[in-house]
Amino acid sequence: MLAFILKRIILLLPVLLLVSIISFTLFYLSPGDPAEILLTGPQGPPDPAAVQEFRDRAGFNDPAYVQYLRWLTKACRGDLGYSYTSGERVSDAVLHSFVPTLKLSLVSLIISLLVSIPLGILSAVRKGSLIDGLGMALALLGVSVPSFWLAYLLIILLALQLDLLPVAGYGQNGDLQHMILPAVTLGASAAAVTSRMMRSSMLEALQQDYITAARARGLSERSVVLRHALRNALLPVITVIGLNFTYLLNGSAVVETVFAWPGIGNLMTDSIYDRDYPMILGCMLFLAMLFLALNLMVDICYYYINPRTRHESGD
Amino acid sequence: MNQGINSDFAARLAAIVVLGLVLTALLAGQIAPHDPEKARPELRLKSPCLDYPLGTDQLGRCIFSRIVFGTRVSLFIGLAVVLLSALMGIILGGAAGYFRGVLDEAIMRVVDAFLAFPSIFLALAVIGFLGSGLTNLMLSLILVEWTGYARLMRSGVLALRGKEFLEAARGLGASDIYIMRRHILPNVLPSILIMATLGMGNAILGAASLSFLGLGIQPPTPEWGAMMNDARPFIRAFPLMMIFPGIAITASVLAFNLLGEAIRVRLDPRSEIKKEL
Repeated sequence: MLAFILKRIILLLPVLLLVSIISFTLFYLSPGDPAEILLTGPQGPPDPAAVQEFRDRAGFNDPAYVQYLRWLTKACRGDLGYSYTSGERVSDAVLHSFVPTLKLSLVSLIISLLVSIPLGILSAVRKGSLIDGLGMALALLGVSVPSFWLAYLLIILLALQLDLLPVAGYGQNGDLQHMILPAVTLGASAAAVTSRMMRSSMLEALQQDYITAARARGLSERSVVLRHALRNALLPVITVIGLNFTYLLNGSAVVETVFAWPGIGNLMTDSIYDRDYPMILGCMLFLAMLFLALNLMVDICYYYINPRTRHESGD
Repeated sequence: MNQGINSDFAARLAAIVVLGLVLTALLAGQIAPHDPEKARPELRLKSPCLDYPLGTDQLGRCIFSRIVFGTRVSLFIGLAVVLLSALMGIILGGAAGYFRGVLDEAIMRVVDAFLAFPSIFLALAVIGFLGSGLTNLMLSLILVEWTGYARLMRSGVLALRGKEFLEAARGLGASDIYIMRRHILPNVLPSILIMATLGMGNAILGAASLSFLGLGIQPPTPEWGAMMNDARPFIRAFPLMMIFPGIAITASVLAFNLLGEAIRVRLDPRSEIKKEL
């Protein structure tokens, strides 16, 4: 077990290095001179001599690889620099913004699982029925609808027409009322993906020999489906939950912006509007690390739960 | 997947919608009743009427004409992104699978690194650093999409390794490039085709999302996502302005997704179970 985890972590190292190279390359290629941006105050464009001196002092005149290495050493110590606009520490801002995102993602995840797992099971068990057709048509629609459009449809209907929920915002401290619309928006598209996977994995499980055996033993259909098939079908769904989470994080960029939810998606788009390059870089790096960690956790869970992988990998 | 609903019917419907989109894009000038970029402030935010079938936007431009011309933009971006990302993925993934060794290891780690970023955030970062506009929008989507083709192509090549017909071709003195092009590519092409069709939907959705955030296609060019961005201040007064472009995006993405599924079922009926790419 430990050997497996260690091996996985060692395999991640070159990927992490490449992630940092890709991120820094984009940062390095961005137009505009950071020295000039930083020194531009209310009094107008800065003195060219001062800019030159600042560039020397801050090391902006060094070759790219020197700048990269300097940035990387700092980043490894958790120092991602300072925001161009607010002067805040990037690492603080990113971590702060992640709390609302995590809150929203968890609620969306619950919504999406509550919808998609029963729907997937029902579609698989009643394969070819009206429920299956409707459910899968809905799922296909769910992956095709732009989340920002769904968001506005919900706003128009529930917030403006019926006046049931607030249009946008975070409320006092991210209360439930403000969370419902963004969470439903995010959850719906995630549910669309998950219900299709749940259906296929359930269909696969139902075709196994042990299901035929269970039926031959005269077990009720209910017991066959819930006790025998579901247990095995849920295994890939562990992966799906991880995938779902990544899906939700992905959706947060647009949905948080629509609902003015102060999460990392909102921070990212705001930083882009402000040309706050260190902040963009910080968000990017943080999310990539999070994604890799999430995938690693899914792998470990899968390995732990599924005894077959343990024998095959021979660790 | 459409075992429940009549899948043939759905596939035909999707093909008709896609054909309709292509015709709309080609004949936009003939179909649209007005110039999509001509502002007429005296006609702003008009409700649908005979002359303006879907009403007018905040500058008095015909929404219907803008949606019609938006088809051109969306299909162009989708097609360009799919072709270029597929090309990039095929070359790099093919090289990785064919030559193996260090090259394979290097290319696949780069693929892993690109996959480590949440896709929309990677696209956002590319635009955030390099600036908005059509070229960077397409570049950002290509950098997101190419990894899928690379992985597909690589596994396709690996599956064909050691097959007799490849040995025979080599024995006849065929070059690596020739073998890849004439013997390997045709075998992997069906899977690439499925991915490309689904990729059209992804690219259209991605471009619309980024334009909706004001980071893709810039005004006054008519683009569906950008039109919805324009509609945000008028959500209370004139919600239809938000609703119509959304229907266009959903219908197009849905059509490409359905078509992709239909091709998958047609080419490989057994893939029913392992279809989530």
